[in-house]
Amino acid sequence: MANDIRQDIIKMLVEAGSGHSAGPLGMADIFTALYFEVLNHRPKQPDWPERDRLFLSNGHIVPVRYATMARAGYFPLEELKTLRKFGSRLQGHPERLRLPGLESTSGPLGSGLSQAAGHALALRMDGNKARVYCITSDGEHDEGNIWEAVLFAAKNKLTNLTVIIDRNNIQIDGPTEQVMPLGNLAAKYAAFGWHVIEIDGHNMQAIISACDLAKAIVEQPAVIIAHTIPGKGVDYMEYDYHWHGNPPGTLETPGAPPKAEQAKVALHELRTLGGRIRSEHE
Amino acid sequence: MINSQMHLNPELLSPEVKQEPIRSGFGRGLLAAGESNKDVVALCADLTDSTKMADFAKSFPERFVEIGVAEQNLVTVAAGMALAGKIPFVSSYAAFSPGRNWEQIRTTICLNETDVKIAGSHAGVSVGPDGATHQMLEDIALMRVLPRMMVVAPCDAIEAEKATKALASHKGPAYIRLAREKSPIITTDETPFALGKAQVLREGTDLTIVACGTMVYYALLAAEELASSHKLDVEVVNAAVIKPLDTVTIVASARKTGAVLTAEEAQINGGLGGAVAEVLADHYPVPMARVGMVDRFGESGTPEELLEHFGLTAPGLIERALELIKRKSHK
Ligand SMILES: Cc1ncc(C[n+]2csc(CCOP(=O)(O)OP(=O)(O)O)c2C)c(N)n1
Ligand SMILES: [Mg+2]
Repeated sequence: MANDIRQDIIKMLVEAGSGHSAGPLGMADIFTALYFEVLNHRPKQPDWPERDRLFLSNGHIVPVRYATMARAGYFPLEELKTLRKFGSRLQGHPERLRLPGLESTSGPLGSGLSQAAGHALALRMDGNKARVYCITSDGEHDEGNIWEAVLFAAKNKLTNLTVIIDRNNIQIDGPTEQVMPLGNLAAKYAAFGWHVIEIDGHNMQAIISACDLAKAIVEQPAVIIAHTIPGKGVDYMEYDYHWHGNPPGTLETPGAPPKAEQAKVALHELRTLGGRIRSEHE
Repeated sequence: MINSQMHLNPELLSPEVKQEPIRSGFGRGLLAAGESNKDVVALCADLTDSTKMADFAKSFPERFVEIGVAEQNLVTVAAGMALAGKIPFVSSYAAFSPGRNWEQIRTTICLNETDVKIAGSHAGVSVGPDGATHQMLEDIALMRVLPRMMVVAPCDAIEAEKATKALASHKGPAYIRLAREKSPIITTDETPFALGKAQVLREGTDLTIVACGTMVYYALLAAEELASSHKLDVEVVNAAVIKPLDTVTIVASARKTGAVLTAEEAQINGGLGGAVAEVLADHYPVPMARVGMVDRFGESGTPEELLEHFGLTAPGLIERALELIKRKSHK
């Protein structure tokens, strides 16, 4: 499934002609795990009051959310083609009022965790047992707003909140540790009173177990630091921060095929799992 | 008639007019300012290439400061550096700076009167597919209400370069608004520019269009069309400096034409149109209309689609100009 979603992402981005590649590809396994294993949700009833909530703080990776939602049955796969187009429900950055199933509007970084925390607090006040999940990125941990939320969630012992950090070590201007070193995020969260779980963000079993474990933590909010590979699955994009905000066909980077071939190469590689299986078209 | 004293680009009205992003002029101006004054420093919030600070960063690595995705830190660190005698230029997308960090700007830059120059790139709906969150439309209003803040929205890359250099030697807080997409080159190196001065790019007697930024080009196109198809003689004023607004030039033009249309790629409330309305209400009220985003957000789409949809092109201006002319003649 995650592999299909990666192919959807490539096709959507190519069709749109703009948008982010690295983050969405890197987070495909986590989104698959969430929508197909972890979240208690009803695709045909997106406003179901008991649904688990998923707040996406780093809104620029929304293509992976759209593709996963379509695969999970929220809307037809066909609609993925409209990404970033005029009149589309699939805005370049997610807009709550346009597409049922998005919990909030995001894109400007750093403000999703506070909203998730506030939402978790409100659910607890109402005795609603739904869980709140929040996905954030490493780059947006440069924002003070994130750390304000980290303090707030710990103070309020928000045990109904699970945070997942896309720790892919890149942002726009370069590697995170050069742009603004985050250092040991696990130690930082632990010092702020959180329960910390670190996983390989491409290991499906590890993702699911971590989400289960997070539910069992008492007295503390839980954070899952997911180590991911930006551009995962497309060899010429992996680990290269230049692919943060560019779709295939728009950029020349060392090791990348010529622009005109990039989409084809990416899709072929994903379809064959990097040459390990034969493509159905071969 | 095009005002010959403005030395505008002779190719201006040709379909093949040269185009360049306005933000590129900022990049050149910043580099030049850095070369002529070693106190000029540049700070960026993880958008060094797209806000065109990369050339400065390469030429003066010791005077370039990477802040990361932290716009509140961006402007407050800059204020601290200005208090130590530096002239900091800070850049991000306008939605985030000055969108996110307004109170910090108010206190540490304006109330403090520090010499910080804020560059907001990717302003307007012409940002395109990124959608509403990234299409900053409220920045003019936000910056204009701050005491001591100068507000500049250049109409092309050449003017942006001149404005950036001028701001480097102007004492005090300033905001410069930049757009993402390529836009036509309107001016030349010979076109006069001064902070606090509006330029009459085209002289006319029937109606004045006061425009800033990307809308100046459409105002000029609309004026040509209104002349050829409607026999109307339209004056076009480039109000690149929105604050302090050049009251003398705008009131003189209103006296001459008796009707004023404003045009900006920004919210209709509180922007250039608001500023012009305030000036005319105080000094010389005439029938007026404002073109801009009518109290709503943008959305994803191509820049062309969005500008057309929201009436921010020559046809949109022509329609509003003709309505205004009717109102003027009924008066
Ligand atoms: C408040 C704010 N500032 C700046 C930006 C521009 N921006 C978009 S993504 C990004 C880099 C963030 O790093 P990360 O989320 O780790 O990027 P990724 O790993 O997905 O490439 C920046 C600076 C933004 N969206 N919001
Ligand atoms: Mg990252």
